[in-house]
Order: sequence, then structure tokens, then C-alpha cells
Amino acid sequence: MATPSPNPLVVEVPKQHRFRRWIEVAGPFLGLIAVIAFFAIISGSPDRFLSVANIRIVLAQTVIVALGAIGMTVIIVSAGIDLSVGAAVALTSVIAALALRNGMSPVVALVLAILVGGIVGLLNGLAVTRLRVVPFIATLGMLGVARGLAKYFANQQTVNAPATWINELAVSFPTRPWMLVAPGVWIAIVLAVFMTLVLGKSVFGRRVFAVGSNEAAARACGIHVERMKLMIYTVGGLFFGLAGVMQMSRLRQGDPTVAVGVELDVIAAVVIGGGSLNGGEGSILGAMIGALIMAFLRNGCLQMGWANYVQEIIIGVIIVLAVAADRYRAKAAQA
Amino acid sequence: MPLLQLSGIKKRFGATVALNGVSLAVEPGEVHALIGENGAGKSTLMNILSGGFPADSGEMHFSESPYAPAGPSDARSRGIAHIHQELSLCPHLSVAENILLGMEPSRYGVIDRAAMSTRARQLLNEFGCDHIVPEQIVASLSVPDQQVVEICRALASNARIILMDEPTSSLTQHSVQRLFRVIRQLRDQGVAIIYISHFLEEVREIADRYTVLRDGASVDTGSISPVSDSNLVAAMVGREVESIFTHHASPTHSGTDTPILEVRNLSFPPRLASASFDLYRGEVLGIGGLVGSGRTEMVRALFGLARASGTVKLSGREIRVSNVSSSEQIQNNFGYLSEDRKGEGLCLQMSIADNLTISRMSDFSRAGWIDAAKQKNASAKIIATLGIKTKSADTPALRLSGGNQQKVALGRLLHQNPDILLLDEPTRGVDIRSKSDIYKEIRALAAEGKAILMVSSYLPELLGICDRIAVMSRGRLSPARAVVSWTPQSIMEAAIGDAAPQQNAG
Repeated sequence: MATPSPNPLVVEVPKQHRFRRWIEVAGPFLGLIAVIAFFAIISGSPDRFLSVANIRIVLAQTVIVALGAIGMTVIIVSAGIDLSVGAAVALTSVIAALALRNGMSPVVALVLAILVGGIVGLLNGLAVTRLRVVPFIATLGMLGVARGLAKYFANQQTVNAPATWINELAVSFPTRPWMLVAPGVWIAIVLAVFMTLVLGKSVFGRRVFAVGSNEAAARACGIHVERMKLMIYTVGGLFFGLAGVMQMSRLRQGDPTVAVGVELDVIAAVVIGGGSLNGGEGSILGAMIGALIMAFLRNGCLQMGWANYVQEIIIGVIIVLAVAADRYRAKAAQA
Repeated sequence: MPLLQLSGIKKRFGATVALNGVSLAVEPGEVHALIGENGAGKSTLMNILSGGFPADSGEMHFSESPYAPAGPSDARSRGIAHIHQELSLCPHLSVAENILLGMEPSRYGVIDRAAMSTRARQLLNEFGCDHIVPEQIVASLSVPDQQVVEICRALASNARIILMDEPTSSLTQHSVQRLFRVIRQLRDQGVAIIYISHFLEEVREIADRYTVLRDGASVDTGSISPVSDSNLVAAMVGREVESIFTHHASPTHSGTDTPILEVRNLSFPPRLASASFDLYRGEVLGIGGLVGSGRTEMVRALFGLARASGTVKLSGREIRVSNVSSSEQIQNNFGYLSEDRKGEGLCLQMSIADNLTISRMSDFSRAGWIDAAKQKNASAKIIATLGIKTKSADTPALRLSGGNQQKVALGRLLHQNPDILLLDEPTRGVDIRSKSDIYKEIRALAAEGKAILMVSSYLPELLGICDRIAVMSRGRLSPARAVVSWTPQSIMEAAIGDAAPQQNAG
């Protein structure tokens, strides 16, 4: 019969593990508090930096990156990447503006822009699964294609749209005071909560993690990996389409040259929030905090009157430090 | 004193004892065969010699001075070169660049291409390989020619001992003969060669002396010509069968039963040439053979993970193995346990509960939303059944020991509840207690009427829990026979006995 000796290989440390989980969630959050506190103190007028008006501004400014980061979290958790976000935002902002200019209702314009975003994502997914091009290259190609299409549809000009309630979505100060913050902020919050539930509590979400954590194992479990990837890039694209609507809302026009490099902000938000480009790790909450950290940094630098390059350097350093801290945590978890 | 002398070499990896007292003496100008089963410790020993990692204890002497390489380059510069089982060339670089990698002739940091080509040419010519051009890109060479490049690299550093780890595993018979010519030439120049192979005919043809490793210890050594094959095999497998096997095989199906799975001429070149067998409900069919003989390819082809050819019938209905997918095979009630736990078995960052249930979540989800409490209940049941040691089902799988991770991988099949279980090395790297738990579960599944195909390199396991056994040798599967008609020796002989290697696409 079996040898009765206890298994010496069992390494179960639930207490430490719980602490680690706590740090994982709290890490980016502490970072956010540190950034806010830093600027509140050195600005010399915490009242102004932490004023309701300023917070409203920051939140409204975060909407586009936050919506992009929700979609990007799903993609990055599945071990993918999407570099076409900025171009997709520009394209869909142009589409929404064109729809409005051609007399369509705001609802139709909104849905149309989101659908175009979804199609861009689906094409990314097809390039990744059917053409077997690595996501980095497939979406790099789409970056060019979508940007070009945006300019083509907009006739290389900005597209002015008649004023509708879409323009109210991402304003810093909502017209209805009871909303407290822009409707777009509320939309982002609701969608962030919804997608957190999807990733954590749905079959789809668990499969996204499985594909990102170990694609071969996912396949061996009978998961349609290719179909999953199509869905993942499409879901991401839908969020980028919605971000495009918010972009149009902020500018009150469709601009084919807008949002250049937004994909890097979006990826940075996900990564600062604990997402791993190797897949299998990442959270919507973390990504939202990551987006806020960058927004408060920009806002703080602006209020301090620091030059643009200062914030660029600071954000660059923060991205690298955040990931370094994450690797350190991962290494500690292995030990 | 011999050129190389080892005594009492020991090495542990965590709780696994890889080497437990190896002694080895190699003379200059001899071909010394190192033989033993998979897992006997041959590759570990080679890695210690070539500086891959240090031994825990024991003594090594090389040309009469103590030898403890600081790393691979140290070993190489002292004259020990290692030719790995898998070729380790840089495919995008030229032949000359590969041969002289790490010791490129240069002037002020600029590579002297002329000197490089001359030196490579000289080494290639020594082996009568005039047809290989030093400037050629390595990727464009045939596998045997790549092997020549690999050997030339060893010689470029004036190696006095060359370690060859199954160098013929990817070669055709013709190329094997060419390799042997090269080896004899080296031997006549006074180079010592340590030659690892599973194939006794090969060993007899090329080696002068041999050492047998078994369970990490050297158990037999001597001159090869006076020893019979059966003595060698006995030395390789001569361990006592542990008493953890409670099963006594009985005929589980009569001639009137219809098989649940009929496989004819399943083929996935180059590794799998042909496999035919029937699998019945209620039985465990064991597949013996060496690592790399085509067993894993066979199982992966059956599960839709390789585009194979051949006929496969499930309860009389034909499945087109050439384009079936793994998700369809799951629908067809197949379950698959990979030999590669980390690479293909588990999503290590995910929780135990997710890993156990990922292939079938329909039980506890409605409209795509998971009922976490029900998922936890389902997981808890399997955790209890298999005795998985964990405080919580929410623990990430990577925090478990190897044995418990393997139980999770097997547990996933229990939850999936397929009719046909394809198990590839179900107890690899698992401690003995977990092994015993896994054996019990496999027999319980067979008793429930499941059909189980189990690939294993571990002979006591094959003989201990299977009802029938078939043996794979160089891509060909032998007919399955009742377990009582097999012995460790006969399985080993069937696995390594095939005299002429099959011609393959190499």
C-alpha cells in the first residue's frame, strides 16, 4: 500500500497568499493615492487640486483611456495586444460625426460607431487567427489601415457634427448637476463593473484567462482558441468604438488625426494596473486605477505649470517602475 | 589512471533524487556507452559533466586533476563538449559561424571571415563532408548534415571528450553509418566518446565498453562484447516492483464485446509510422516504449491535436482524424491528459477550481454566468476524491506541489467525465504517494466502464495497472497482448529491439 509519510512537497501558505492578493489589488491603488497626495502637497493648495471641479475635469479626461483600457484588459489577459486603438478611436469618431451630419439620430450614430469599432477588432482577430500573424504585427497593420480609412471618410478634414446629446457625454461639467460627473464617466464605471463580472464570473471570462495563461492547455481542454480570439478582439474593438464616440463628444467634431498614440496610454494603464503582457494576469479595476494615475499625473503637471516633456518623462518612468514592482511581486510569489 | 573518472556522484532536484551514486571511468580513445531507461539519470549526468549544473556530492577527475566546471563554456574550454539530443544550432547563421560560435577568429573585434571559413573547411573535410559549404546557412542543411556541424563545433574546441546524447534519434540508417564513421575516426585520434543510446544494436556496433544507469546509480559496467543483450536489459530494468499496485489484471472483455474505439493504421510522420489497436470499455490499455518513439504523437492525433491519417472508429462510427478538432473530440467524449503538465496541462496562474472545471462549465453556469458556489462544490468533490492537498479550491495551481498539480490535471478529466481517457505519462514527476492515489483512481474509472489508454515509460506501472499492453518502437505499435504475457524484459526488448531504424524523412 501507499507509504503513509506526509507529502513533503506540499507548500501551502494561505496567510501569505492572502496578503499577496491584497497587495496585488492595493498596489496600484496606493500608487494612485501617492500621486494625488504628492500633487496636493507640492501644489501648495490641496483645496484646488482636490476640488470637485478639478476632479470632474480629471475624470472626464480619463473616460477615453478608461474605456480603451477595459477592452485592452480583455485582450492583454488573453496574451494578446492591440496597437490599433488610437486609429480605431479616430475612425469611429469620424463615423459618429458623419452619421450625425447626415441627419441620423444620435442613437444610430452611437451604435454605428461602436459597430465599426467591433468590425475593426474582428478584422484584427481574423488576421491573428486565420492569417496567423502575431497580434503585434496584425494590429500594427490595422493602425495604418484604420487611420487611413478615417482620413478617407473624413475627406482629410475634421467633420463638424450638429450639436446633440452626444456632445454632453464627455464634458467636464455635466449640464444636469445631479449627475455630479459627466455621463461618460458613469458609463465607464458601469461597463468596468460589468466587465469585471464578465472576466471573473462568466464562462467566457474564465476562458479568456485560460487562453492567456496557457493556450496549449486551453486547447487540450477543448476550448475553441481561435473562436475565443475572434471574440476577444471584437469585444476590445467595441470598447474602442465607444471610446471614439467619447472622443467626438469631447471635440464636438470627428477628427481623423486625433488620438495618435492613445494605444500606448491604454496599454500603460492596463500594465500599471497589474496586467502582464505574457497573459493570464490583469484586472479591470487595476486598469482603471492605472488610467487615473496617468490622468492625475498629467493634470498635476499641468497645474504645476511644468512643461509637457516633464510629464512625459514622469509617466515613462512610472510605467517601468510599476512593471518592475509587479515582476518583483511575481518573483516573491514564486519563492 | 583513466581520462575521466567519476565516483559517488549525487544530485537532487528538490525532493527528487536524480543521481544517487554514479561511478564512471572513461579511457582516452574509447567509445563508452551509457545505457539505461528513461529517467535513469543519463541526461542529468551529462549535464553535470558539461557544466550545466554542479553535482551535490561525489568526485570528478579529468586528466588527473580534479574537475568541477564553472559552466558550459568552462567545460568546453577544458575539453569536454556536449552534443545535445536536440540540435542546438543557430539556424539563421552560417555553417562556419555555428562551428566557431563563441571563439570566432577576430582582429580588433572584427571577425576574420577568411580565417573562419578556412578553419571550418578544414574541420568539415576531416569528415569527408566536402559537400557542406562553410558559408551556407544552417537552416538549409539536412538534419544529418546539421549534426556534422554540431560535431565540428565540438571538435573546434579541441574536445578530448565528446558527450553524445542519443545522436541517432533523428537520423536515417544511412546517416547513422556516416556518424559511426566519424565516431571511429575521432576514437582513433584518441578522443573519448560517451555515447547515450537506447538501441542495443547501435551500442554493440559502436561502443567498446558500457555502463548501465538505473534509478540514478551505476549498476553495471564492463566490456561490451562478452555481455548478452538479455543481461544488459536485466541490468537496466532489474528493480523490484513496488507494492503500490493493488490491481490484479483479469480478462475484462470477451470476444463478443465490441470495442468502443477501433484504430487502424494511425500515422503522423515522421514520428508515428503506424498504430492499430482496439480499446474496450472497462479496460486499461497500456502503451509502452521509449520517449520519442511516437506514443505522444499517437495520443495527440487521437485527441485532434495533430493532423494524422488513418481510420478511427468510435462505437462503429468513423471519426475523421485528419481534420477533427480537440473541442469536437471533447464532444465525442474523449478526455486527454498531457505528458507536459506545465506546457499543456494546467493554467498555472488560475485557481484549482477553474483548472478542474474549465473543460465543462455547463453544469454550474446559466446563460454563460458561473454559479461560483456550485463550481466550488464540484471542485471540492474532486479535491476530496483525489486527495489533492490544498486549503482552498481558490488557490492558484502554481502553489501546489508537482504531484498535486498532476492530480488537478487528472481531476479535470474526472469532472469532464469522458468515456475514453487518453493518459500520457499520468504519473510523471509525481511522488510515490500521489502515484498510488492516481493508480487507484485509474482503476476505479475502468471499473466504472471507462475505456483508458495509458502511455507510460515506467514498467512497474504498466505491468501493475494495465489489462493489456502494446509497445511502440520507432513509430510502430506492436499488437496488444494481455498483461500476464509481458515481463519487464520483454517490454524493454520490444521497445529497443527493432534492429534497423525505420527510414524516415530526416
